[in-house]
Amino acid sequence: MLERYSTAASTYAHWIDYQFLLIAVLVGFWLIVAEAVMVWLVFKFRAKDGRPTQYITGEETHLKRWITIPHVLVILCDIVIIVPAIMVWYNIKQVLPPPDETVRVIGQQWAWSFQQPGPDGVLDTADDIRTVEELHVKVNTTYHFELMSRDVVHSFAIPAFRLKQDALPGRVITGWFRPNRVGTYDIQCTQMCGVGHAMMAGRIIVETQQDHAAWLIRNSNPAMTGQQSTPASTTDALATMAEMRR
Amino acid sequence: MSTKVEHAAPGIFQKYFWSTDHKMIAMQYMFTGMVMALLGGFFAYVFRMQLGFPNQHVPGYGIVTPGKYNALVTMHGSIMIFWVAMPLLIAAFGNFLIPLMVGCDDMAFPRINRLSYQIFLLSALVLLSSFLVKGGPFGGAWTAYPPLSAVGAYNLTPIGATLWLLAVALEFVAFLLGGINFTVTTMNSRAPGMKMYDIPLVVWMIVLASIIFMASAGPLIAGAVMLLFDQTMSTGFYDPTRGGDPLLWQHLFWFFGHPEVYVVLLPALGIVAEVVAVFARKKIFGYKTVLYTTWAVGFLSFVVWAHHQFVAGIDPRMANIFSVTTLLISVPITEMVFLYIATLYGGSIHLDTPMLWALGFIAEFMIGGVTGIFLGSSGTDIYLHDTYFVIAHFHYTFVPIAIIALYAGLTFWYPKMFGRMLNETLGKIHFWGTVIPFNVIFIPLFITGTAGDQRRVYSYAQFAEQSRPALQHLRTTSTIALLFMLSFQLVFLFNFFWSLRHGKRAGANPWRSATLEWTVPSPPPHGNFAELPTVYRGPYEYGLPGGMDDFLPQNVPD
Repeated sequence: MLERYSTAASTYAHWIDYQFLLIAVLVGFWLIVAEAVMVWLVFKFRAKDGRPTQYITGEETHLKRWITIPHVLVILCDIVIIVPAIMVWYNIKQVLPPPDETVRVIGQQWAWSFQQPGPDGVLDTADDIRTVEELHVKVNTTYHFELMSRDVVHSFAIPAFRLKQDALPGRVITGWFRPNRVGTYDIQCTQMCGVGHAMMAGRIIVETQQDHAAWLIRNSNPAMTGQQSTPASTTDALATMAEMRR
Repeated sequence: MSTKVEHAAPGIFQKYFWSTDHKMIAMQYMFTGMVMALLGGFFAYVFRMQLGFPNQHVPGYGIVTPGKYNALVTMHGSIMIFWVAMPLLIAAFGNFLIPLMVGCDDMAFPRINRLSYQIFLLSALVLLSSFLVKGGPFGGAWTAYPPLSAVGAYNLTPIGATLWLLAVALEFVAFLLGGINFTVTTMNSRAPGMKMYDIPLVVWMIVLASIIFMASAGPLIAGAVMLLFDQTMSTGFYDPTRGGDPLLWQHLFWFFGHPEVYVVLLPALGIVAEVVAVFARKKIFGYKTVLYTTWAVGFLSFVVWAHHQFVAGIDPRMANIFSVTTLLISVPITEMVFLYIATLYGGSIHLDTPMLWALGFIAEFMIGGVTGIFLGSSGTDIYLHDTYFVIAHFHYTFVPIAIIALYAGLTFWYPKMFGRMLNETLGKIHFWGTVIPFNVIFIPLFITGTAGDQRRVYSYAQFAEQSRPALQHLRTTSTIALLFMLSFQLVFLFNFFWSLRHGKRAGANPWRSATLEWTVPSPPPHGNFAELPTVYRGPYEYGLPGGMDDFLPQNVPD
């Protein structure tokens, strides 16, 4: 149901979509029944001359069951919803499958920046690739992301992946995703973060293994080899960018 | 208690601004709330115009810049919750109804009552003054998450942020004073013979709402003081570089913020109960069960707050607990709605305007209720959190609460308040002109939210997926529907003020209602009851067997 409105491009997108469908069917059923009963009662018991009102307190057992039975059914539906909901949650947020790659995602007013390992495959070495607003990843690869913020609370969201996680200053939050569909998808910030909130857009580019390897080679900076990584320069570039937006 | 000192005719100032009469204070709250509602509605108009017709000149406002957009959504949210829903539903109805419905001459603490309104007015003025300061009003969303709200360099509205915080804190003081009054009056000043289970539901609901408010406001006030210190004295309660924690605020805020939903919901449910009973000529189906479910809701509302924070960076294991409690709260609420619907069974339903609003409330609130399940279940919330799905969901609860139930109450008690009837035809035009556009505003927003539209964004130009024309059509549809809904409110305003002078005279009990407020003249005189009443039965004795009149007022002996 969700896929009609938003592309699904990660392995767990379908889990959430099925959960959404399950809830939609169950609550949709109850909503329609309840609305229909209400409308029917309003028409059936419109005031008419000569028909007296029935005196009902609601304490009568034979009438109470009309509340009790649906009520028990609602509780059953709640259980049918909550169990898979927690399973989906557990598998997305609570357990981390072993990563093939790790990327670092940094939010700041008002841009996303990314740090990922260069050809050596290790984060925090000189050949790391730092990008702003664009994250290149390989399809069918399990990624861990280390999410942090430099200033205020941001929220790292990729609708096509059904991924959302707030970035908090002072904490590193680790999560995961596994893209399963090649393409370019939006990255949003979904937490109010100041006047540039609407500008805090990014793109995630899911590539085939070959395309990604080619991109890695193009972007790993030979001049950086042997140097310490310099986060400061990225910060400056970002600051300038944020300044320009103001 | 009732040593009535008859003053010489009080001066205008004494009468309208310094009164300790509960009915006058109710009017003060009501008109202040209505003025603030106009303002909140205007803000909604401006930012919806920006979303529906991006970057165009908004008639009556101008160009909406990102900073102004943020301020507008922040003020819309804050005003509609704190300065519209609370004063109108709790303070205006609470003040007007409680002494009349429990059968006493005034509030237990009339001067505290006066102080409560004065502080409330001050809080509104402090909030409005933030429009005049450098940087303009606060724009960090009504939830005011630090560090954005704590640091001027981040939010760019340092003065506005502090004024917002002060205004909210003052508003809380006003409602703490009001809440004390409502609770004490109901517990101590009831007419002889009125037992706990003879209290009309609306009074119960306002009292329970006040208790929930008083129990939940403390943590937020503590949080607000810390935030104020962070803003003005450079403390670091929410600053992680100095050992603070931004998540602390979120917990304190939502520990208050979620019960607050029920603080405004309960009075609305109470109003609807009164209206449904009178216009279906039926006893409320399971009065005691309604009360028990209310208590259950009140209790559970304190243990669901972290469902606002599933993806906020809390320990993910915590989400499971809060997901369960959140779905649990659907149980008593569903039960209550079923009881209201069951009350219609076997009745003689009169579809006057107040009843239309009450039925509209039930029908629309159910949509708000069931869509909450999508958000309360942690798995789907990952995707839907902070999208327009959330906005559509809580407007399907808050509009029925603060608009539809409010109109149910206003149209129902207007004759009592002003001694005149509202015009029925205009009332029905207003009802359909409000309810139909309301659905056309928010159903499209469920879809844009499902498609991934994030909240609090003034333009989707940067986002390829959200810039699809189909989504923009939905946003435009929503905006146009809002224009219709807002313009139909003029019908109500006209009806309201025109009927003050030209409406049909109401008499004491135009709706043939059984509760005590209808036993006194309309409008009730100072001191309310010529002779304080004695109560013999519960509030909903309609359709009695035995063929007498179809209702028995609470104060008539057997």
